[in-house]
Formats: sequence, C-alpha cells, structure tokens
Amino acid sequence: MRQSEEDREKLGAPPAHESYLTDGTTVMSWLNTRDHKRVGVMFLVAVVFFLFLGGVFALAIRMKLLYPGPFLFDALTYNRLFTLHGVTMIFLFMIPAIPSAFGNFVLPLMIGARDVAFPRLNLASFYVYLAGAVLAVWAMVHGGADTGWTFYTPYSTTTPTMLFPLLLGVFIIGFSSIMTGINFIVTVHTLRAPGIGWMRVPLFVWGIYATSVIQVLATPVLGLTVLLVALERVLGFGIFDPARGGDPVLFQHFFWFYSHPAVYIMVLPAMGVISECVATFSRKNPFGYKAIAFSSLGIAFVGFFTWGHHLFVAGQSVFDNGVFGVLSMFVGIFTAVKVFNWVGTMYRGAISFKTPFAYICGFLFFLVFGGMTGVALATVALDVHWHDTYFVVAHFHFIMVGAVIMGFLAALHYWFPKMFGRTYHEGWGLVAASLIILGFNATFIPQFLLGNNGMPRRYYQYPEHFQALNVASTAGATLLGFGFIIIFIYLVIALRWGPRCEQNPWRSKGFEWLTPSPPPTHNFDKIPHITQDPHDYRTHAPSGVYTDV
Amino acid sequence: MNETLRRFLFLPDQASTFASQVDHLHYFVILTTFVMSTAVGLTAILFFILYRRRSETQTTPHIEPAPLLEAAFVIVPLSFFLLWWVIGYRTSIELATPPADAMDVYVQGKKWMWKFAYPGGPNAVNVLRVPSGRPVRLLMTSRDVIHSFYVPEFRVKQDVIPGRYSQIWFNATAPGRYQILCAEYCGAGHSIMRGEVIVLKAEEYEDWVSAQHRGLATKQDGPPTALDFAPPLGNLVDQGRRLAQEQGCVKCHSVDGSQHIGPTWLDLYGRREKLSDGRIITVDEGYITESMMDPFAKIVDGFKPVMPSFANKLAGPEVAAIVEYIKSLQSDAVRTGPSEGPAYAPVRGR
Repeated sequence: MRQSEEDREKLGAPPAHESYLTDGTTVMSWLNTRDHKRVGVMFLVAVVFFLFLGGVFALAIRMKLLYPGPFLFDALTYNRLFTLHGVTMIFLFMIPAIPSAFGNFVLPLMIGARDVAFPRLNLASFYVYLAGAVLAVWAMVHGGADTGWTFYTPYSTTTPTMLFPLLLGVFIIGFSSIMTGINFIVTVHTLRAPGIGWMRVPLFVWGIYATSVIQVLATPVLGLTVLLVALERVLGFGIFDPARGGDPVLFQHFFWFYSHPAVYIMVLPAMGVISECVATFSRKNPFGYKAIAFSSLGIAFVGFFTWGHHLFVAGQSVFDNGVFGVLSMFVGIFTAVKVFNWVGTMYRGAISFKTPFAYICGFLFFLVFGGMTGVALATVALDVHWHDTYFVVAHFHFIMVGAVIMGFLAALHYWFPKMFGRTYHEGWGLVAASLIILGFNATFIPQFLLGNNGMPRRYYQYPEHFQALNVASTAGATLLGFGFIIIFIYLVIALRWGPRCEQNPWRSKGFEWLTPSPPPTHNFDKIPHITQDPHDYRTHAPSGVYTDV
Repeated sequence: MNETLRRFLFLPDQASTFASQVDHLHYFVILTTFVMSTAVGLTAILFFILYRRRSETQTTPHIEPAPLLEAAFVIVPLSFFLLWWVIGYRTSIELATPPADAMDVYVQGKKWMWKFAYPGGPNAVNVLRVPSGRPVRLLMTSRDVIHSFYVPEFRVKQDVIPGRYSQIWFNATAPGRYQILCAEYCGAGHSIMRGEVIVLKAEEYEDWVSAQHRGLATKQDGPPTALDFAPPLGNLVDQGRRLAQEQGCVKCHSVDGSQHIGPTWLDLYGRREKLSDGRIITVDEGYITESMMDPFAKIVDGFKPVMPSFANKLAGPEVAAIVEYIKSLQSDAVRTGPSEGPAYAPVRGR
C-alpha cells in the first residue's frame, strides 16, 4: 500500500477516487450503466451462471455413463442433455467468457482508455446476449431439442422436437458477439493512450483483437446457416434436406466455416491471458513479443481455411482432405511458437508460484497435448479411426476445458484484485487449482483411450467393454466438480470479507495496474503517457507518467 | 512391440490390412505427442526451480529470442507435422481407392439398422458376411438421416448420407465377428444401431452364398422386418430390370445401344462421357445415382435436360437395383460386373 501511494505521489497523480463499485449502488445504476467495467462484471456473473448450468448437465451425462445399459433417464433425455451441455457451454459460456467479461473489464484499462469506443453498444451487447441466452435455454428445456450443438442436417430438419426458438436464440447471441467484436476493434484502433504504438499493445489486447476480427467475419455465416435451417423447418425450403433436393453436406461446410474459427474465438483470449500472466509471475518481459502477437493474427487468418478437417469421412474428395489436413497443421505451428515463447519468458525470470501460475502450468500441458492430438486428427488416415469417437471429445475438451478454462480461471484469479480490490485465500486457491488439473486429467485421459478403443460419441448405451474407462472418467469429473465448488466458495467469501489489497498486489508492470484497484468510474483521472514496453522488469520505474491530457 | 503398444493404447484387434498400417502411424504420432508435452512441462518446472523469485523487488534482464531460435520454433514442429501428414495422406488415398477386383456389397442405413444387399444374391439385416483375404467394397446410402459405418477392428469409417452413394473398402484378414457401430448421431436409437461383420474363411463364404442361392436359407439374419413377408424379389439385376419397366426408365433409355431421348444404358457403366459443359466424366455408381436424384447436375453432351428427378420415388435398395441392372448391360459378354479400372477413381467434388 505504502509503496503504491509513493508511486502515485511521485507521478503527480491525484489521490484515489471513488471506485466504480461505489459510484451508484442501486440496481438501476448497474442495469443502465455504460461503464465497461460494470458491463464486464455483469457478463462475468452471467457466464459463471451458465458455466454452472453446463457443468450440471455434464455431470448428469457422466453419471448416466457409469452403466452401459439404460440408467437414470431414457435415451431422448440423454440426447437433450448433451445438446443442452454443448449449446450452453459453447454459445453461452465459452464464446463470451473471456472477451466479454475480462476483455471488457481490462482492455480499456490496458490501453489507457476511459471506456470502450461505443459504451451504449457495449451495454446493448450484454442485453442481446441475455435475451438470446434466455431464449435458447427456455427453448431447450421446453422444446427439448435433441440435435446436439452441431445441428447436423437432415436430422435437424426432420426431428420432431422444437428447434426453431433455439436456432433463433443462437442467431440472436451471434449479434452480441459481433457488437462486442466491432467495439473492441474500434477501441484498440482509436483509443490507445499516448506512447502505446502497435508494438507496445499488451499481448492480451492482441489476443482479443484477433478474436474480434474472427467474431466480426465469421459470426454472420453462422447466423445465415441457422436461419436457413429454420427456414427449411418452418417453410419447407430445400437447402439441406436431400428429400427436397438439398445437400446435407453443404450444411456441414457452412456450419464449420463458423464453428471451426469459433474454437479460436474461445482459445485466443485464453492465450492472451496466459501471455500476461506468464510475464507477471515470471517478472520477465515477454520472450518474442512480436512472435506471440503475430501468431495470434496468424491463427485468426489460417483458422478460416481449416474447416474441411471436420469432413474427412463425410464424403469430401481425397484432394480436399489433403489440403485441409495440411492447412490445419499451420494452426499447430502458430500455437507451438506461442508455447515456446511462453516457456522462454520463464527463462531467467523471477518466478512466483501463485494460483494463476498453477493454471499456467495446467494450461501449457493441456494446450500442448490437446493441440498435438489436434494435429494428429488432421492426419487424414488417423482421423478415419478417431472421427466421431471419444478421442475427438477428449481432444476438444483438452483445448476448450483444458486450455480455455485454465485461461479463464487464471484471468479470474489474476484480475480479481483489480476488479474488486480484495484478495482471496491463496492456500485454497492452490488446493482448488491442483484438484481441477488432476480431475481434468482423470476425466479426459480415459476418454482418449475410449476413443482409441472405438467408442463413438453421443452414445446413450455402449458395449460393456467400454465400462471401466467410463467409470474412471466419471470419477475424474466428480473431482473437477468439487474443484469448481471450492473456487466458488472462497471467491464469494473474498468478495465480501476478503482483505483489501493495494493497487498492484502482483507488482505487475502490465498497464492495467497503473490505475487504482478497483478503478474509478473513468479509469484514469489523467491519461497516462506510456514510456515503456509492457512488462519491462529491468527497472522499478512505473511504465507510464500522467500527463495533463 | 506392436502388441504391447496396441494394448497400452487400448486399440482394438487388428483385423484388416489397414489396421496395422494405421496403428504404426498412431504409435509414432502419439509417442511424439507424449514426449513433446512432457518436455514442455518439465522445462517449465526446471525453469521454476532454477529461477524462483528471491525478493519481491527483483529485477530481471530483458531477453529477446535470436531470429534463429524463433526459426527453430517453427521448423522443428513443422517438419514433424509434415512428416505425419505425408504418411497419413498416402494411407488415406489407399483407403479411398478400392482395388479393381473388390467384391461389392450395397449398404443402406436407416433409423436404426443396417441393410446389406449382395449384387448376385441375398439380402441381410444387421449382419454382413464377407470372405477373409478378399477386398470388399461397400456402396452405402442412407434412407433418412446421416449415419456412419464404423468397424473399429478394421480402422475404417465412412458417413452414410441420404441422396448420395459413398464408398469404403477393406480387406479383412482374420475370420471372426466384429461389431459395426453407427458413428454419426442419428437420434434416440443411435447408440443401439449396431450390426455385425462376420468374416468367414473363403470356402465357408462360398458355401454360405451357394446355400443362399439354393434357397436353403431363406430366413434373413437379424430381427424380422416387413421385407421378410414380401414375395421373393430375385437378385438385384432382376429387381432392377423390373423397376426400370415400372418406373418408365426404358421409355427414354434404350438397353440395346440405339439412340433415344436419353443416353442408352448399353455399355453405359464405365463409359467416358462428355458433358454439356465440356467436362469428361467416367460413369460410375455415383454418377448414375446422382443422375437419378438430380438429373440436371451433369447432362451428357447432345441431350436435353428433360429427365424428372427420382429423389422421392426410389428407395435406397431400388436405386441399387437399377444401378446393378445398368452395370449388367454390357455388349461384351466377358465384361460383366464391376471390373474396369477407372470406374473406381474417386469422384471429385461430390
């Protein structure tokens, strides 16, 4: 506390102001806010709720899979549960999780802006998301969609369950995603503080920027695709159903043209979080800043040309299989560059093993193993055996739960003091992190083996020789669930009773720590003039000085 | 070594010529993955031990990677990835190219069963009998939604799509019984849409086929269906001949080589045709099926686009029967059945 006060005096900054949390405490002051930080916090509450919901569905699925025969509920309920799990986790949790919650909160702080470029659009994005989410969940619970989150035709155009409101919900959520994307792109282009040239933009901002480009370019394709499915169901268009002269495989091309880049919408922000955390907790400048920044853009670009690897056994030509296979590998190269540079950042650093660092270790292992199994899946002949089996399930959970949730939890712990000005219990943080990393491995490593063994995904009943591995996986999922409950408990306690922290408890030189924690409503009384690269730990001098702008 | 690794990785038995080939690539790829992810993890731990924070105000040097190091970060993984890709892609081309002497079986997937039809003989539900040591090509279509034909022990899988014929082939090496699983989600019965491949020794298979022909075994495999109570239909070619009459195909397509409203069916199968847009194609099962379902997609040069679509009029086995009938119409008596090489070239862009 003392030191940061001294810092502030040295810089000639005015004394700490009222924080954004105390600037208006009525419900309306939150619901009607245009403050990016409050919008970020509202997104955080929403996505945590949907993470909980998706997790409950996942546990229900795993409980059923303890036994090979019918158990707990019937096949139709099972099919609805995995649809609920997939749609909730992907559209309601994973896509908005890091960009809309943490991106909203810290991106303007990191580039020294007072808010995002379009604060009203930002708030609108939240309400559009909420409307779409409520509609989608209501539609799934009430109408019982049983298509899986992939909506493959002609199953989705012929199933008697109610699908239209769910498709509409996904369509609406897409707009929220586009609004957030546009907002961030414009913010990064126009609102950077003096001294932040493009090669000084923090790496988290690069990650969010690349994500936003994908969101703006790819999401319209998803919107059109679900609209076409809806039109086919409601008005009988013959786009995808071969019985009406359509082509079911066309749907798969459209769908994956969005949904493969969507994987990078989810993982690039997590990579950005890791870039920040590695530097902070190693007290080292990012090793290969340019390589990390440009590989984010590289992933965003190449990610658009890999969708065909979802169609290796769908009757795509052999030539196309080869091309999509080799293009997919370039994503692996960009990711490998990032991984090596993160490890390089630790070299000759001053590493402190705090909770976020535990998540970094988990992240690195899951990303490398999950990423390399992804490259293995792009090896066409191997995919033939693995396609649509639990191997694929395990692979994308390694990336999405492994990497993305590790990134999400790292962000939550790293920026918790920034957001709420309080600290959580470090011991419990490490206990929960180890429980989650252990539980996660115990859940999904058996699923890799199940896939090798030949168990297809989305199976309500399964041949008996798959049971042992399924039981192991369910045991792991239970551990994982306990980990999340512990985190929830100690964070809620910290929110109310946690000790107040100083402005910069990690002594990080990321630019977002130049304001008080929690920040005042307009972030900076004076806009800082940035004089150093992000995370320059050669000196103790602050990375910016306050100007009179 | 092979056996140890196979068990360690929980891979099923290797019962086709592909299985051990695919598995060897699998071992290479997975072992590299293990080594790499462990190496990254160990390096992180090593750096943590070596470079622990010693004081809260510690400063660190500014280090940038040498360009050569960044290049190595790209080149080393890239060379591994490309090596995997080259091996995997070669194998996949083999998987997509059935040998010319393959035996054909028509497969129809529907919610939630598999039907098999042999060109010269019997039909079966959920049980596919094949001889060992002989390549078998499956020509597959679906009657309702997308299914996927998967036999883990053979390491083969292919989606079965309504309105299209997809193909897959395998050469079973070990007699035995292997489960067929549906790998593409198809509704409430998806997980119980299971069948069985029974691989017989060549002579046992011949015995079974001739028993079927003699009518000694009229009972179909699997649970009885409505088809069991229908009058016997004869083999696929006979069925196709009758259907071509009933559906009016022969009003426009001659079977004796004479010119008419549509191309003649005599010698049609395997013929190279010039299309109205100048492309040259080889007539195979895929093209014939496509022309029945979507006649205007590829019009043979010199003919008018007048044919109606049969997309809702013919069921999967009926399409198969007509295809087999067309294939049987060859002027050269020696050239019967599927035999000519280029007809099996994978059809691009379908």
